[in-house]
Amino acid sequence: MSAAPAPGAAAPADDVARSVGTKAWTPYALLSPGMLWLAIFFLIPTVMLARMSLSSGSAFAGDGTFTFSVKSLQWGNYGDAISKYVIDSPIFQKSLIYALIATVLCLAIAYPLAYTIAFKAGRWRNLLLVLVIAPFFTSFLLRTTAWSTILSDSSVVVQFMESTGMLNVLHAINTPDSWPTWTQIFPDGLTGENRVLQTPLAVILGITYNFLPFMTLPLFASLERIDIRLIEAATDLYSSAFTAFRKVTFPLSLPGVVAGTLLTFIPAAGDPVNAALLGAANDSLMGNAIDAQFKATGNYPLAASLSVMLMVVIVTMVALYVRRAGTEELV
Amino acid sequence: MSEQTTSTAAPVSTSGGGADLHIVDVTKRFGSFKAVDDLTLTIPAGSFFALLGPSGCGKTTTLRMVAGLEEPSAGRIVIGNEDVTHKKPYKRPVNTVFQSYALFPHLDIFENVAFGLRRSGSKDVRNEVEAMLELVELSTYARRKPTQLSGGQQQRVAVARALINKPEVLLLDEPLGALDLKLRRQMQIELKRIQTDVGITFVHVTHDQEEAMTMADTIAVMNAGQVEQMGAPMELYENPVTTFVANFLGQSNLIKGELTGKTGGDASLLVQGQRMAMPTARVHSERDEVWVGVRPEKMQISRAGTAVEGENSMAGVVTDASYIGVSTQYLVKLPWGQEVSIFSQNLSTEGPLGAGEDVVLHWNPAHTFALDASQDADAGAEKVEGDE
Ligand SMILES: Nc1ncnc2c1ncn2[C@@H]1O[C@H](COP(=O)(O)OP(=O)(O)OP(=O)(O)O)[C@@H](O)[C@H]1O
Ligand SMILES: [Mg+2]
Repeated sequence: MSAAPAPGAAAPADDVARSVGTKAWTPYALLSPGMLWLAIFFLIPTVMLARMSLSSGSAFAGDGTFTFSVKSLQWGNYGDAISKYVIDSPIFQKSLIYALIATVLCLAIAYPLAYTIAFKAGRWRNLLLVLVIAPFFTSFLLRTTAWSTILSDSSVVVQFMESTGMLNVLHAINTPDSWPTWTQIFPDGLTGENRVLQTPLAVILGITYNFLPFMTLPLFASLERIDIRLIEAATDLYSSAFTAFRKVTFPLSLPGVVAGTLLTFIPAAGDPVNAALLGAANDSLMGNAIDAQFKATGNYPLAASLSVMLMVVIVTMVALYVRRAGTEELV
Repeated sequence: MSEQTTSTAAPVSTSGGGADLHIVDVTKRFGSFKAVDDLTLTIPAGSFFALLGPSGCGKTTTLRMVAGLEEPSAGRIVIGNEDVTHKKPYKRPVNTVFQSYALFPHLDIFENVAFGLRRSGSKDVRNEVEAMLELVELSTYARRKPTQLSGGQQQRVAVARALINKPEVLLLDEPLGALDLKLRRQMQIELKRIQTDVGITFVHVTHDQEEAMTMADTIAVMNAGQVEQMGAPMELYENPVTTFVANFLGQSNLIKGELTGKTGGDASLLVQGQRMAMPTARVHSERDEVWVGVRPEKMQISRAGTAVEGENSMAGVVTDASYIGVSTQYLVKLPWGQEVSIFSQNLSTEGPLGAGEDVVLHWNPAHTFALDASQDADAGAEKVEGDE
């Protein structure tokens, strides 16, 4: 095998040289598997989803078929979706707000964590990184279920929160009854008077916990790239440690902040698992609503229009956010 | 502000600004390794001071301790009358031009230069930055990002960013290391001009001996965490006190010899059976065993038989002659096998001597120096050929 292939090897080498000559094609060749994947598993389903959201029919009623006609687009599905899930009960808003709070909490927890791993961990760095992703080795469902034990009424955590008066404070955070129905995000407070499980806080904590690695890893990646000498240069130029952080480290880590918040917020806004396992029975989020419309009611068009709505709103929010962050001097 | 001639004399103290920098008995250990070993230096206010030494000798570490980015294991650092040994970097009247420039990539040139002023709460940031950009001839680039500038331009931004704060001491860590030769020469002149204009104390780290010689009033040659010799460039070159300095700063021919006596200002030597003379002031050895040193350009080469009166001389055979226009470089083998090199100006009309010719080498006794023979004759030598 050692000497024989040598003359033959020259031919492929020539081929390589020739294909470099026609390199205009290379990017497309490299992109095509990804494009194909996106077309099959994203573009086509999205079109089908949009089409379904404008169809009529039900999976469980009549003959179980759906009709789509360009002449009579069923915009009413969106009307239904809005009146049911935005106005009558603010599930749509709630999903976004829970996701937003969880994202902020994730950022608050993950930033110091990623910072420590990137700059202060020394030889513990790799071990800590493994620990950050270690939860992925257990099932998502199992880990979320574990939280129902952690937050159960008799647990140490809840007892502690109760005895320190934290629960009272959290319970007091609510949307006043005088407010219109569509603003009733926490009608009964962030927690119960003496319980956490099956309250909004439990769902938010669950989301925070589950998506923490998605925040930590991009933050770590962008912090780790920062040249320590830039921070030294800042301190040399009369910045205290905090000013150096504010003026140099943080701006340079913005790409990680943007990536992390997107990776957390987007899936969190549509997540059904945390609400199902940790929330109150009547406290469902968009993920649960869509799930219910598909599986329980068979109202595919309504479910589809909910999905499209959620998608459009998230994409708009993300676009605005990225544009805003983009003007803040991304490197 | 100061009248600065192209002096190689003692550093000029100016009224322009800056403060004396004293490094007193400073040691820095990394684990058991001493990067800086009991270093003592006094750098007078307003001087252009060069710290010259081979890679890894502790130059950057020394600067970092002055800047406050590294804490000395022992010793003190005093700027003006203030002991800053344990002060935070941002509380020291010192700014640094980093080896890698370390410009902030997320800020444009204007904001990079304004960075220090904004932190110290200056009133007139805009005008000051514009004036500074003018000084380094970068006014038109104010709104560009650092990555959109050439290496030389980035280097000037780094200098401007430090200089604008009018520190007592400006530390420059091989600021020209990344530039090509031509640009480097140009920047050397520019830096020297700026220093003369502002009169701030400059501490310039380099391992390029030519750079140190052309720019600095005073050079300290460092080796293995210690200062080998400190003085004006000419003094260091003409009268080195260690073999390291003799080899690191230019080249030297070092020949084993013996000190046989001192009478008044003159010392006598015995070199391989040959009597020689030299000034006592140039003997830097406690022992009689010495390296007798002569710079290659101080030696003259003549055909054997030429009478040489009142000079030190020895016979030899040319082994190699390279004609390089302005001079000819000879390698001459001495009777005991050692080879010495001679840079000879092409003054004769007959052309250079050829290999194999018997010659006599001679030089003015005043150009002889004597170094303690317990030192390695090749210390610091590799660097001269290897670098640049
Ligand atoms: N943080 C550190 N930990 C351990 N050793 C270090 C550290 N910083 C520097 N050293 C060692 O100290 C010695 C001096 O380093 P320094 O950076 O001061 O050299 P230098 O003279 O600036 O060299 P160069 O010309 O290559 O920049 C080197 O041997 C280096 O390996
Ligand atoms: Mg260095």
